[in-house]
Amino acid sequence: MATYSTNEFKAGLKLLLDGDPQAIVENEFVKPGKGQAFNRVKLRNLRTGRVLEKTFKSGESVEAADVMDTEMQYLYNDGEFWHFMVPDTFEQYAVGEAALGDAGQWLKEQDVCTVTLWNGEPLSVVPPAFVEMKITQCDPGVRGDTAQGGTKPATLESGAVVKVPLFVEEGETVKVDTRSGEYVSRV
Amino acid sequence: MTDWRPGAAAAREARARLLAGLRGFFAARNVLEVETPILSHGAPLDPMVESWTAASPDGASGYLQTSPEYPMKRLLAAGAPDIYQIARVFRGGEAGPRHNPEFTLLEWYRHGLDHRRLAREVVALIMTQAALDAAWRQPNHLREISYRALFRNHLGVDPLTVEAAELQAVAARQGLEIQGELDRDAWLDLLISLVIAPAFPDDRLTVVFDYPETQAVLARPCDQDTRLAARFEVYWGAVELANGYHELCDLAQFRERRERDQAMRRQRGQELPEPDIHLEAALESGLPDCAGVALGVDRLLMCLLGVERIEQVIDFPFERA
Repeated sequence: MATYSTNEFKAGLKLLLDGDPQAIVENEFVKPGKGQAFNRVKLRNLRTGRVLEKTFKSGESVEAADVMDTEMQYLYNDGEFWHFMVPDTFEQYAVGEAALGDAGQWLKEQDVCTVTLWNGEPLSVVPPAFVEMKITQCDPGVRGDTAQGGTKPATLESGAVVKVPLFVEEGETVKVDTRSGEYVSRV
Repeated sequence: MTDWRPGAAAAREARARLLAGLRGFFAARNVLEVETPILSHGAPLDPMVESWTAASPDGASGYLQTSPEYPMKRLLAAGAPDIYQIARVFRGGEAGPRHNPEFTLLEWYRHGLDHRRLAREVVALIMTQAALDAAWRQPNHLREISYRALFRNHLGVDPLTVEAAELQAVAARQGLEIQGELDRDAWLDLLISLVIAPAFPDDRLTVVFDYPETQAVLARPCDQDTRLAARFEVYWGAVELANGYHELCDLAQFRERRERDQAMRRQRGQELPEPDIHLEAALESGLPDCAGVALGVDRLLMCLLGVERIEQVIDFPFERA
């Protein structure tokens, strides 16, 4: 059983706490000059997404969570599960809706995502930072409005809706930042 | 890579001015500047402070000082007048927003003062330094409060009698989730660091005095109540700046405390460094009645400049040193 001591704590480290895998978001060392040292830690529960704060007595050890980020190609959705494959080994994983979370709206077949496995089971999916997708529906732009930098909603092939500039037309392919959900450019 | 670059340009001139200001403060008060070894053969046994070790290729080894306290007390025992030192000190395992493993400590000793009177000199020093530059922050008011009153006022408990379980309940009511077994003093440390001090107003100096005897370190017991130690701390806002004592001179009590420290280190599974044999001998020869204090110079600079993180006042913090 791998463990981490508080002096190894840093952002990104994954711990097993209260039965759930949790990632350190922030770690702050606090100590009175002549007193007990503590680590104030902000943790994100990787299963529920909930963020909470915990204070550790410095020097404590905590079990490491067997959590691994793996690059996988998105294959298809069978109506219940989203299927991913590790390109090198052809190993396939079926991801349920709960683990997929918000990533679902940015999935395009063949795109490479980061799938987090906990004890070998998919825990969460992070889509590529940027995706290129075709606009399947949006209203025509209104002439003359371009200078004002106005926007309009556009539906992408994945079903996601993003705000695009007025000059962008249905059928065009656009680049979107999946972290903010914002339009970046036309492709 | 920009790791080679210094990171605290905005604080560099302020640091130089502060160091000159501190020396001026003590020159005007006839306190003598001294230097003592950074590297020594013995280390403090205080379980809350860990020393760095140093080794030479010829087989010699020693400890980097965690404060210049022991050799300065040897000077006092040998007849030195009031003395001060601006020292580089090192502490193991201490790194964070207000901690760098290597930092600058101002330590001074005054003959014939007790902890309450020395605390007022600390306040005078801070006010004098804050007035050196119109751009620096200045504390606007002062509060002197006993450790006991502090806990009663803020949390409604008496730190001398409260049980660990009750402190645990207090922490839980404050929304703190704790991992690890804490003893009574650790709970008190937790509550003062995470609940009480963070509520101190930003522009206030707070002097906390008369600590529980279990947190005496090298402070003498209070005359009126031996459950208390003649120790004080000074905070600027929530930042702990200084820690001082009416110094323990009694050899038997010193030995008792050291045994207590040793026992606690063993119980906690900490290493036992070589004790400093010279301090004990100096106390045996006789330490004059005096009070002493250590003040974090980097933290004072942080407060004067109104910055939150210690690397904003240290050009090369340890990870890039």
